[in-house]
Amino acid sequence: MSDTRIDSRFAALRAEGRAGLVTFLSAGDPDAATSLEIVKGLPSAGADLIELGMPFTDPMADGPSVQAAGLRALQSGATMRHTLQLVRDFRAEDDETPVILMGYYNPIHHYGVEPFLKDAVEAGVDGLIVVDLPPEEDEELCLPALNAGLNFIRLATPTTDDKRLPAVLANTSGFVYYVSITGITGAAAVDVGPVTFAIERLRRHTDLPIGVGFGIKNAVDAAAVARVADAAVVGSALVDRIEAAASPRAAVDGVLSLVRELADGVRGARNGSGAD
Amino acid sequence: MTTQPLNTYRNGPDERGHFGIYGGRYVAETLMPLILSLEDAYRAAKDDPEFAAEMDYFLRDYVGRPSPLYFAERLTEHYGGAKVYFKRDELNHTGAHKINNCMGQILLARRMGKKRIIAETGAGQHGVATATVAARFGLECIVYMGEVDIERQKPNVFRMKLLGAEVRPVTSGSRTLKDAMNEALRDWVTNVDDTFYIIGTAAGPHPYPELVRDFQSVIGKETKRQMMEHEGRLPDSLVACIGGGSNALGLFHPFLDDKGVAIYGVEAAGHGIETGEHAASLTAGAPGVLHGNRTYLLQDDDGQITEAHSISAGLDYPGIGPEHAWLNDTGRVKYVSATDKEALEAFTLCCRQEGIIPALEPAHALAFVGTLAPTLPKDHLLVMNMCGRGDKDVFTVAEALGESL
Repeated sequence: MSDTRIDSRFAALRAEGRAGLVTFLSAGDPDAATSLEIVKGLPSAGADLIELGMPFTDPMADGPSVQAAGLRALQSGATMRHTLQLVRDFRAEDDETPVILMGYYNPIHHYGVEPFLKDAVEAGVDGLIVVDLPPEEDEELCLPALNAGLNFIRLATPTTDDKRLPAVLANTSGFVYYVSITGITGAAAVDVGPVTFAIERLRRHTDLPIGVGFGIKNAVDAAAVARVADAAVVGSALVDRIEAAASPRAAVDGVLSLVRELADGVRGARNGSGAD
Repeated sequence: MTTQPLNTYRNGPDERGHFGIYGGRYVAETLMPLILSLEDAYRAAKDDPEFAAEMDYFLRDYVGRPSPLYFAERLTEHYGGAKVYFKRDELNHTGAHKINNCMGQILLARRMGKKRIIAETGAGQHGVATATVAARFGLECIVYMGEVDIERQKPNVFRMKLLGAEVRPVTSGSRTLKDAMNEALRDWVTNVDDTFYIIGTAAGPHPYPELVRDFQSVIGKETKRQMMEHEGRLPDSLVACIGGGSNALGLFHPFLDDKGVAIYGVEAAGHGIETGEHAASLTAGAPGVLHGNRTYLLQDDDGQITEAHSISAGLDYPGIGPEHAWLNDTGRVKYVSATDKEALEAFTLCCRQEGIIPALEPAHALAFVGTLAPTLPKDHLLVMNMCGRGDKDVFTVAEALGESL
């Protein structure tokens, strides 16, 4: 498989000697136009990779913040077609920043795996994270997605032991998303000690870049993770800014200002000038 | 859809939890190791005579099994056709079939050394049954219940509290059963070490659909034996209501390979299939993936899960167990539906004719019996699963009949 934008971006980050910042937002939150404006602003605010949630009524692994984000998007009329259109509109201006779609299988299943993959590739999507598709169900979407030239990014968790890791990593590409806590998104604070240990364990099994998410709320957390991982993933803290915003303008400003803080934290993490 | 008969309908699921294309294990990675260890524990328990003996003991002396197979003589006369029998699982401790499964799962939880029990509940029957067995074995119990259901099932909420369980209101999504299940899964993802999730129906990720079915199959096994005692032969048809479908599978499964036995599952048609306000996922849904399994789901054009509606909170779920999805596609079981109104009429009729106040769930099954039985000859043996009693529903029924209590 040729390099995706995700592979190229991690290679560039490695050359720069720093970790990346991955930002998660729900596509269409709080509405299509505002969402597009936020997403367009992410690269210049310092996001290295962009994750877009595909809104779903029943996000079983997500906490209140991300659930609310998806519902706001659905209430404003978001659909899978709109999500793909958002990616297309973003790609018209930015051909380098990787875009990863994250969510649950049912909306993809209903769209149809083949048409979905075709449309996603055409829209400029680079990778997929589908929370409820473990390696046991790889034939469903993972293998077809890899064949279509997309990365399939898998979550590894504290419950994924050494015996199970090889199966989890087998068809993973792009990067490995290490979920730093057992729990739902946004619930607990990240604890860097066990994460460092877990990353060392993962590195014994894979050469893929490792992103760490769940529980990173501010620049200090992001910097701490950026010292040990290849990327810090932030979601709930960002969507909370949309929840708190009194207007679409405030949502755009609120998200992008937090992204700038997080990016400073991540970029300064390994040279001692980080927000520590 | 195939109608080619199979040699056996009883050897599912395969080792990866599939019934045809349905079932499977669609869960977050955090939960995968847990459901794999649950599967190991279940396999070991299944082969252990001590587990079977323990189960038999509690089913007999605590649950009150076997439940009778009762000849509903006056309803039979009323319908003027088939000879109607009720399998009386409403006489079980806690008033429904739910406890058969809860007993099996809590004995498994004990074997696995788990200290904390969680469950989801809609009508509250599964919550009450779970709280009951948790109290019996001295385990902490947390029941997730949608805010909407808490409001319409107050007596069961209080029962759970009396039994020492904590009832946590679920305020996300539609605040009903599916959201309670989401919330229970979120709890399980968070508390992986000490927690056992007692799922209330034959759905969810493998191995739940299989083990719930197995624990409920006591219903069908007893029915087979009892019908032999009563009539010296097998029944000609079986009828049961379907929400997630555990009472129905419990009755059906031991009979699936008895080709002469016609089998009917009755879904809740709510205000009518044509109104869109119903819970009939087989009749009006499409295959999809939710709560760990592929099955028929009520969903919109974008694959978003839609709200179910039924007067019976126990049938008010937008999915169905995966084995039913497969039995539907193979044609072995015929799935039909009954509306709120038809269920209410059957409910009232059953009270007056048999002196049995049925739960609104089996009242749906009885509504279909009311259309089927009159078309059948008098020597036709029909068994309906009376899977729950209606004490919990008196407020709902009073409201529907326009009476104030």
